[in-house]
Amino acid sequence: MQSFRLWFVCALLFAPAARAQLSIEITGAGAQRTPIAVAPFAGENTLAPSLSAIIRSDLERSGLFRILEVPLLQPALTEASALNYAEWRARLADALVVGSLVALPGGRFETRVRVDDTVKQARLGAVALPTTREALRAVGHRAADYVYEKLTGEKGVFSTLIAYVVKRGNAYELQIADADGMGDQTILKSYEPIISPAWSPDGRRIAYVSFENKKPVVYVHSIQDAKRTVAANFRGSNSAPAWSPDGSRLAVTLSREGGSQIFVMAPNGSGLRRLTTSQAIDTEPRYSPDGRWIYFTSDRGGTPQIYRMSATGGEPQRITFEGSYNVTPRPSPDGKTLAYIARNGGKFQVAILDLANRQVQVITDSDRDESPSFAPNGRMILLATVVNGRGVLSAVSSDGRVKQRLTTTSGDVREPAWGPFID
Amino acid sequence: MHTRILPILSAACLATLFAACSTTPEADKPAASTERGAAAPAPEVTARKPAPTVDLTARGRDDAAALKDPNNILSKRSVYFDFDKYEIKDEFKPVVEAHARYLREHPGAKMLIQGNADERGSREYNVGLGQRRSDTVKRALILLGAKDGQIESVSLGEEKPQCSDHGESCWAKNRRDDMLYGGEY
Repeated sequence: MQSFRLWFVCALLFAPAARAQLSIEITGAGAQRTPIAVAPFAGENTLAPSLSAIIRSDLERSGLFRILEVPLLQPALTEASALNYAEWRARLADALVVGSLVALPGGRFETRVRVDDTVKQARLGAVALPTTREALRAVGHRAADYVYEKLTGEKGVFSTLIAYVVKRGNAYELQIADADGMGDQTILKSYEPIISPAWSPDGRRIAYVSFENKKPVVYVHSIQDAKRTVAANFRGSNSAPAWSPDGSRLAVTLSREGGSQIFVMAPNGSGLRRLTTSQAIDTEPRYSPDGRWIYFTSDRGGTPQIYRMSATGGEPQRITFEGSYNVTPRPSPDGKTLAYIARNGGKFQVAILDLANRQVQVITDSDRDESPSFAPNGRMILLATVVNGRGVLSAVSSDGRVKQRLTTTSGDVREPAWGPFID
Repeated sequence: MHTRILPILSAACLATLFAACSTTPEADKPAASTERGAAAPAPEVTARKPAPTVDLTARGRDDAAALKDPNNILSKRSVYFDFDKYEIKDEFKPVVEAHARYLREHPGAKMLIQGNADERGSREYNVGLGQRRSDTVKRALILLGAKDGQIESVSLGEEKPQCSDHGESCWAKNRRDDMLYGGEY
């Protein structure tokens, strides 16, 4: 596997003040990366950060593209320029992105982006995005999503958000950030642990487990207005929240009737119904994307393994068979594969199970992996692991080829959750 | 799990009974009657049976102090478990028995049992393992006479380790239950 290190220049240049922000290091890339040129956008120097730099770093981070150096072009190319395809082919570019940042009356801006296939010598598409000074970074990610979709045929995830927990000293912070780790915001700070954040399907709320009452209690937290409601605070432990795909139900693990068993309820805690009835630990429920199934971890067979049952309950069927410790099931967005944590000779690693042919592939080479979380397009998996004794996030493509590490300057980072597409 | 814990608990119950016997006062043997030659037998004089004391002074202050007195077994609040094991080891049975007695004698007392797991593996599955440990001690306390309503068993999973190094000597300290009384949490 090709391995190189590239710290994103923009992350260093434009990091707002000295914050303990996540920075991304690429530690492995796809074997076949499409060479692509992103020309500097006309007029982009009027606002920082540079739009073309955001697009370049997003595309690079996907592991699917090799970003080519672009010489200084005079005059700058725009979406309206006549392109000399042969010249860009000579620079080895398979695709070319050009564009401009245009000032409109009233202090507003517009970002125009155009994507061309230099091999087929054809325009793939062009778009204009309303732009404000404050949302420049978000617009850059939108533009990168547009380019990504034109080139790969699948939706980009550059404008999605991630959530994770940072532990610094004895404080825990639940943070959200752009998928590239920039623009982090703390939505909850506590002296007691926070685990298992789970995004609502509309991306507006996060369910999580907080230990602020000396026991695990499930909360639902509305991001915009910081309103927290108790979803499950029954006698005993309340944990492992999972949203149904339509957002109407929350599956949780409760010990109110003894042991750890899976229940389902409305996100406000009403209409509670027990789904599993075993003497074992049944936990870590996750809905399949079609809402029909719930995958979960159970040690009913003697060791923790992954099972699946109807979302309304009923007899579970065992899904994992290799090994003696398989936990934390995460169905892929297309429902065809399952990511989970497998213990292999003392190492905890991310494995992918093809649900059709039952093939298992271990896709990480770290040894203390936890909490895998699919990007909403299914291409990448975010996970927590430990490097040099510190908790860090890392990301791996679902084929195991592309690898990235997200680190902060201080603290332990854990419990990542990749947010949904937001339209 | 149930089948494994039953013998331990019955042993624990026996031990409690045994302890009760040994502390029974000796004075309840019948006192010898006085000999009076050939005179008609007088009604037998029996010794008074020991009358138990209702001691209101022992309530409250003194008992709460006992929970914190380092010389009192009630100040011991942790039960440690072997790897992948959930039964109460012999060395911790006296602690569990002492707390059961306290709860029995103080029906108004409330207890929170926090189960814990070592750091290996899934955080949520470890919440399950900690719950299994706290449920084990709760069940033992109830079999020894405490009331279900007095005790809440919960789990902190791997989130509140007593020891934060990575190795068995440390993990052994983290596989534990902590018993907290009302007012302490």
